[in-house]
Amino acid sequence: MAVSLGPNASSAGRRRADLLFQAVALIVLAVALGALAVLVATVWRDGAHRLTWQFLTSFPSRRAESAGIYHAIVGSLYVIALTAVMALPVGVAAATYLEEYGGRSRLARFIELNIANLAAVPSIIYGLLGLGLFVRTMAMGRSVLAGAATLALLALPVVILSTREALRTVPSNIREGSYALGATKWQTIWYQVLPMAVPGILTGLILALSRAIGETAPLITIGALTYIPFAPDSVWSAFTVLPIQIFNWVSRPQAAFKDNAAAGILVLLALLLTMNAIAIVLRDRYQRKGRP
Amino acid sequence: MSLRRGERTIEALLFLCALASVGTTAGIIAVLAVETFAFFGEVSVVEFLTGTEWTPLFATKHFGVLPLLLGTTVVSLIALVVAVPTGLLSAIYLSEYAPEHVRRVVKPVLEILAGVPTVVYGYFALTFVTPLLQQWLPGLSGFNALSPGIVMGLMILPLVSSLSEDAMRAVPRGLREGAYALGATRMQTAIQVVVPAAFSGITAAVILAASRAIGETMIVAIAAGQQPRFTANPFVPIETMTAYIVQVSLGDTPQGTLEYRTIFAVGMLLFLMTFALNLLSSWLRARFREEYN
Repeated sequence: MAVSLGPNASSAGRRRADLLFQAVALIVLAVALGALAVLVATVWRDGAHRLTWQFLTSFPSRRAESAGIYHAIVGSLYVIALTAVMALPVGVAAATYLEEYGGRSRLARFIELNIANLAAVPSIIYGLLGLGLFVRTMAMGRSVLAGAATLALLALPVVILSTREALRTVPSNIREGSYALGATKWQTIWYQVLPMAVPGILTGLILALSRAIGETAPLITIGALTYIPFAPDSVWSAFTVLPIQIFNWVSRPQAAFKDNAAAGILVLLALLLTMNAIAIVLRDRYQRKGRP
Repeated sequence: MSLRRGERTIEALLFLCALASVGTTAGIIAVLAVETFAFFGEVSVVEFLTGTEWTPLFATKHFGVLPLLLGTTVVSLIALVVAVPTGLLSAIYLSEYAPEHVRRVVKPVLEILAGVPTVVYGYFALTFVTPLLQQWLPGLSGFNALSPGIVMGLMILPLVSSLSEDAMRAVPRGLREGAYALGATRMQTAIQVVVPAAFSGITAAVILAASRAIGETMIVAIAAGQQPRFTANPFVPIETMTAYIVQVSLGDTPQGTLEYRTIFAVGMLLFLMTFALNLLSSWLRARFREEYN
């Protein structure tokens, strides 16, 4: 590759250009990170005064001042817990197959390619799948169960990819030691490999769930309600979640509802922060324990 | 003997779970295809793909998808105009300039941008960025393509940056050392050697970012309006394909009606577009890996 230094490239001039370039790159990074700070500051400015005990424990209302977000918090936690219950076993089983059994077979490679592509499918398409498959064909209705099943499909590629990473970090001498003692392949996986991979698997699961808990579009598509005056009490209940309640408030013209949306965003961000903190703590413990 | 059969059963079960992912893809295609075929039983494919009026929810119905397609394209292009130069610059900085301790701080913070729920970005676009832009652009409508486009650019910036950085870091050291030996500065090395060498990897990153922008829903549903116009003007309210699906889902359109089927037809188009881009991106990435492994 030819490097053209330019016709009048004095050494000092080129060094100046180099510094200028570095400065521009730093400014761009600063602006991007600054935008994040402005975003959080804006939400805090608009929403902090609405963040009261009354707001956290009340149901939606026609009047912005007496409206609350309790039903959406319960809805979000309910849906996410159920999502975890569905995505974890299937995701771990799929990853175990691909990592420990599948090897380099053509079918395993096809499944891998398919998972990579699924991870990039827009979330609203999962919503259409959930609407056609869970809500209509399997007649689950617009229930917590249908919502969780939809989000589980959405989270599955992430859970599979991170579980494979976790399985890959288990040293092979653990497996060999187990085989040498006469254990079968599955006994080795179940009693040795998977326990060692648990923190890594959980970290990946939490990250997948923290993405799912912020999802709005797929749940709107399957018909989660934007206005319910009750918290879900079974998997067949109608429900709403935090992002949908926020969307509902943002869409109203009155400024007071926009402030409610900002307060809702603060609750959602606090929830996300908590989940990510748990993931970081788990990863730290993992890294300390994983090293021999 | 029974132990071996147990092992076989377990392997089969695990295999079924792995196959579930293929089932998901098949399910998506099947659900979309069934309703889309039903839709095209009543509306001609030609009208759908070439019509410039989209009014399925009005009394006089027109089913030309081009206004939605154009709205999606305008917003996505604005997002790419924001995200590609800035993402590339930060990738070059992180890969070629930044000391390790700066990288270790900047990268996770940049990743936060990608982790913010999109409904939050929508709020930001509608209540902060649009009013801000209106101070400079008095003609800007309260709902428009410009503001969500810019905010979406912020959202996909980390994707462009981190994938491009991976591509640049995979360029062998020898190429850089050759450039330095010829007296090139770091900037000249980065722009004239590293970026061209990583070009297919960077292109893959940009294509994946475009796919993400096309499929993004909440930012445009909140801040771009719900008026399917056949215009490339970024200052007026428009509607994207994804925002239309949200609009119909919020109403109570009965199952089996033509209006209900439109969201699957639009969804099919969206799926095919993003799927093609995703495949192209992973093909380019595979080619890039082959070059340097």
